[in-house]
Amino acid sequence: MDINAYLIVAGILFSIGGLGVLIRKNLIVVFMSLELMFNAANLGFVAVSGYLNLISGDIFVIFVMVVAAAEAAIALGIAIAFYREKGTINIDKANELKW
Amino acid sequence: MDTKDLLVWSIPFFPMLGAILLGVFGKYLKNYAGYIGSISIVISFLFSVALFITVASTHGFTAILYPWIYASTFKTNISTYIDRLSVIMLVMVTGVSALVHIYSIGYMKGDKGFARYFSYMNLFVFSMIMLVLANNFLLLYVFWEAVGFCSYILIGFWYEKKSASDAAKKAFIVNRVGDFGFGLGVMLIFVSTGTLNYTSVFGMMPSLPGYLVTIIALLLFAGAVGKSAQFPLHIWLPDAMEGPTPVSSLIHAATMVTAGVYLVARCHVIFSYSPFASHVVAYIGGFTAFLAAFIALTQYDIKRIIAYSTISQLGYMFMAVGIGSYAAGIFHLISHAVFKGLLFLTAGSVMHAMSGELDLRKMGKLYSKMKITAVTFIVGALALSGIPPFSGFFSKDAILADTFNKGYYILWIMGEVTAFMTAFYIFRIIFRVFFGESHVDPSVHVHESSKVMTIPMIILASLAAVVGFIGIPPFDHSLFYLFLHRDFQNSFVFSPFVNYYPWFLLSSISVLAGALGIYTAYLFYIKQAFDTEKIKRIFKPVYELSFNKVYIDEIYDQLIVTPLKNFSVYLWRVVDTFVIDGAVNGLAQGFASFSGRVRRVQNGMVMSYALTLMIGVIALLAYYFIK
Repeated sequence: MDINAYLIVAGILFSIGGLGVLIRKNLIVVFMSLELMFNAANLGFVAVSGYLNLISGDIFVIFVMVVAAAEAAIALGIAIAFYREKGTINIDKANELKW
Repeated sequence: MDTKDLLVWSIPFFPMLGAILLGVFGKYLKNYAGYIGSISIVISFLFSVALFITVASTHGFTAILYPWIYASTFKTNISTYIDRLSVIMLVMVTGVSALVHIYSIGYMKGDKGFARYFSYMNLFVFSMIMLVLANNFLLLYVFWEAVGFCSYILIGFWYEKKSASDAAKKAFIVNRVGDFGFGLGVMLIFVSTGTLNYTSVFGMMPSLPGYLVTIIALLLFAGAVGKSAQFPLHIWLPDAMEGPTPVSSLIHAATMVTAGVYLVARCHVIFSYSPFASHVVAYIGGFTAFLAAFIALTQYDIKRIIAYSTISQLGYMFMAVGIGSYAAGIFHLISHAVFKGLLFLTAGSVMHAMSGELDLRKMGKLYSKMKITAVTFIVGALALSGIPPFSGFFSKDAILADTFNKGYYILWIMGEVTAFMTAFYIFRIIFRVFFGESHVDPSVHVHESSKVMTIPMIILASLAAVVGFIGIPPFDHSLFYLFLHRDFQNSFVFSPFVNYYPWFLLSSISVLAGALGIYTAYLFYIKQAFDTEKIKRIFKPVYELSFNKVYIDEIYDQLIVTPLKNFSVYLWRVVDTFVIDGAVNGLAQGFASFSGRVRRVQNGMVMSYALTLMIGVIALLAYYFIK
């Protein structure tokens, strides 16, 4: 099994996700990019797990998914609260955490 | 703890108990404070007498209350050294204290600090007892400071009066100069002998190098100079007269100021192994005796004159212990405590009658109005002038005879001249206060003091008249000498007798000097044979010198106080404001402006934080891989 293909795909996905987090303004999109990065990591996990014939990578993926689900609930809650506060979900408006 | 130990520890216990009781519950006790304060001292006195009899009939001992500091080689106990010297001091201290306390009931009546006063006085007596009893230098040092502190709070007893609080500060600071030396001396003793216990320290003295013994002795003497108001640190004592008169009587005449003499006598082994230090003691004593008597000649404040007289008499005592006549010095200490305590109490009685007036020029002809005070004052004055058979005659002559027979002729001449001046200034007070014509302000109602004040005066006066007979000449066959000299046997004889002139020959000279002094005062102030103003004019420089206390206060002011003050102001205005504040504020300002720039990094944009975070992670990973 060629693991490199999987890892390259995972790397690309991760980079797209990271770039999305950094450059997109829409809070939901940023959040989705974040999920993309999670899934890139998950892909890496299962690929290596399959390559090494280990079960632990698969178990980790389950954990990550659980945490991601919980995190999604919190993130969407934050998005709603943010929208109520600012009337928009443009992330550039989140600029009060400063000196 | 056996009975003897119990006896020893009861002596300081009662004054301490009294001090605590009066200090804590004083305001509820009202007028009973005086009785409680006095009774605690009387009990202590009775125990002291019992201890005196025990020691006189058997021998001295050491009583340990409890181990104080046990740190590897450094071991110190709360313990006492009981020998004949300490029991004599103990009886004197508690006896005079008891009388002064009883007198104070009358003198301090109606004062708003009545209970506070007795609390302080009891605290003082406790400290003084412990100072006398201590058997090691550390305990001695602690109570040396404690009596100094009590003196400070009692001089400044009427603290709302500026002159009183200033005098208290002056006394404290001047004492500090001497005590600094004393503290260094104690440290040097520990460094060079490894112990602070009297017996062990004295035992090692002969084996120490001579220069070390001299340094130790001189440092200890520095403490004695401060506490006993000797030149050049005598300036605090006359100002200390701002305190209540019984305080002057007890602390600044009879007990605390004699602690220096006691110290030298107690450390006689150290001093006798350093003839040089002993000579310093003797000559400082002689010079102080002369100087203080000279200043006393022209003062107008009764209490100040007696204060200078105290300095002068302490000078005699130092003269005695400095030439190795320890027993004579202690004898003069005891008899001086009695007659000087008496003089202060009578001066207090005069002051009481005159509504606080102390100026000689505003008195006169008080004899008929206050006979008891006048007679007791005259007894004290005769004792001070060394007229037989009063106590001062025996004790002063024991000293002067020894100075002559041991070959210290300069000291002897100074002593004789001082004796003349002493008789003059004390009878100057008598003639101007009790006789002559009255200059009393007519609005003042002069009256004899109450019994509670006169009875202690009468007791002290009778003692001043008879106490001398325990030292009836020739001194080295007298009861006192035979009782005490055993304690001084292990001292090194550094100045043997060179002459053997009989005592009556030498005594007659000093009696003559005293009588001449009295006669001169009589001529001046009763017969008015001379025009005093004219004599003042003829001897103007001398008169001015004496009247202005030899300008010593002014010299210190110019030489020490003003430069120190200027230096302090410099430290405050320049060093503190610019250097220290500058450093602290500058540092703070530097950080503030640096932070002001750095905080711009935190711009509040979520994305920039995420970017920073990511760059950080990449950097960490890169570092990890490169490594």
